[in-house]
Amino acid sequence: METNPTSLPMKILVFLLFLFLLAPVILVVPISFSGEQILSFPPQSWSLRWYTALAGNSAIISAFWTSLLLGAIVTVLSLAAAIPAAYVIVRMRTMGSGFLYNLFTAPLLLPTIVLGLAILIVFASAGFLGSFWGLVIGHLVITLPYALRVLATTLGNLPLACEEAASTLGGRPLTVFRRVTLPMMAPGIVAATALCFLVSFDEVVITLFLTGPRLTTLPVELFHHVESRADPLVASVSVLLILLTLAVVMVVDRTVGLSKTFVK
Amino acid sequence: MSVAVSEPIAAIPRPALGRLGAATLLLLPIALVNVVGFILPVLNLLRMSFNEALSGGGIRETFTLANWFGLAGDAFYLELIINSVVVSLTITVLTLILSYPIALYLHRSSGRWRTFLTVLVISPLLTSAVVRTYGWIALLADQGPIVQAITSFGFAPPRLMFNTTGVVIGLVEILMPYMILSLLAGFGRLDPRVEEAAMTLGARPVRVFWRVVLPLTLPGIALGCLLCFVLAVSSFITPKLLGGGRVFLLATEIYDQAIVTLNWPLSATLSILVLVIFGAALAVYARILRAID
Repeated sequence: METNPTSLPMKILVFLLFLFLLAPVILVVPISFSGEQILSFPPQSWSLRWYTALAGNSAIISAFWTSLLLGAIVTVLSLAAAIPAAYVIVRMRTMGSGFLYNLFTAPLLLPTIVLGLAILIVFASAGFLGSFWGLVIGHLVITLPYALRVLATTLGNLPLACEEAASTLGGRPLTVFRRVTLPMMAPGIVAATALCFLVSFDEVVITLFLTGPRLTTLPVELFHHVESRADPLVASVSVLLILLTLAVVMVVDRTVGLSKTFVK
Repeated sequence: MSVAVSEPIAAIPRPALGRLGAATLLLLPIALVNVVGFILPVLNLLRMSFNEALSGGGIRETFTLANWFGLAGDAFYLELIINSVVVSLTITVLTLILSYPIALYLHRSSGRWRTFLTVLVISPLLTSAVVRTYGWIALLADQGPIVQAITSFGFAPPRLMFNTTGVVIGLVEILMPYMILSLLAGFGRLDPRVEEAAMTLGARPVRVFWRVVLPLTLPGIALGCLLCFVLAVSSFITPKLLGGGRVFLLATEIYDQAIVTLNWPLSATLSILVLVIFGAALAVYARILRAID
């Protein structure tokens, strides 16, 4: 900034553009304290009525617990499948590891609307629709590529020397992995955990295809709510969600650094 | 001691049957999800686009190009496809124009200020598309702040929601972080000394921008535009909610045909068409990159 001073008009322009970028996220905070019956901005009166309404809305609360459980299970399974896969692809370098890496991260190249439809058609005939484990598989399809990408990058950046030293000193492969490789991968594992959880917890499109009338996740429930009526209820949920995301991001930032995790 | 000497060799890449067996076992879980949740569904989707749709959601297993010819011969679908591409291109151009100053400013800033601004750029990405679209519904509503501001200047109240305008505004904002990050990735070639050299040689700022800055950042622009176009063509949540069922685009039609009309063959055909458009966008991108170099 010092070497290339920015003119005042440019600064004002950038400020306005940032305002545009952040407006919808910032806006939900005042709206959530609205005392109005319908969605309006700025609200004519203020209250906590929509937080109270949220506490009494059993559909949204049960959808929240479903999303939380789903996110937790999907995250654990993603790590359990992606850590060994990253190890094989980066460290063992068997035939075609480059091809396997591309194949396993390929689901990210497909738009979720296409992937969701594709999974819907197959799951419908297998009777997986509206089932919790069907959702788990649907989410794993997109969380696994993220987990693999983060973990493979982490592992690829680790020096081989420590692992070699450990095996020179007589450590068996599994012991070396458990006592040396895994602890060194910790920052990548934290990042992958946060990423998998957030991706699963936020996923809407694929989930829309796979949920049924009795099983729904929080984003899908919010989607249907916004689609059918305009009241400030979604704003109060959004504020809580933003706080939750902030908490996750801060944990990641404290452990590994934010830019290392998301800017890649 | 002999064991200790032979062990490190195992850490060095060396194909052996035991290793291959272990590798297969370790890859099994991820491969299983990949096959069940990705390869089989996508192949099945391709197959589905050649099936015949019967009335009431029935499907006849056959091999017909009827869905494809049906799309080409139906004025509604031709318009829908063209509309999707045109709207996505509009969104891409607007996103580029609004993102470029932010990216340039970020590139030129440094230290904690830069970190803070980067976090601000990324933070919307971590917020659900449903939440951000909801924010836009509040902003763009008929009695919303933007319409009120426009009417206070004496203009007729415009409709900013439940039409293409609303979808474009919402998607531009939602895609901006992707564009900014792509632009930043491509700004690596932009050296302030080159700009200074141009200035020293007497070029005015506007001329420096058009002749030096812009050409150097073209690869980043191309990447950002590819990404935004592809995301715009396939985005569903924002067009569905901000379009209010009155804006017909490829992604919303795929969903409606699959869930409401239960015409899976048509829905599958539209999905494959989206992938074809992706391929075309990628081909154009590759040509542009070659032209730049």
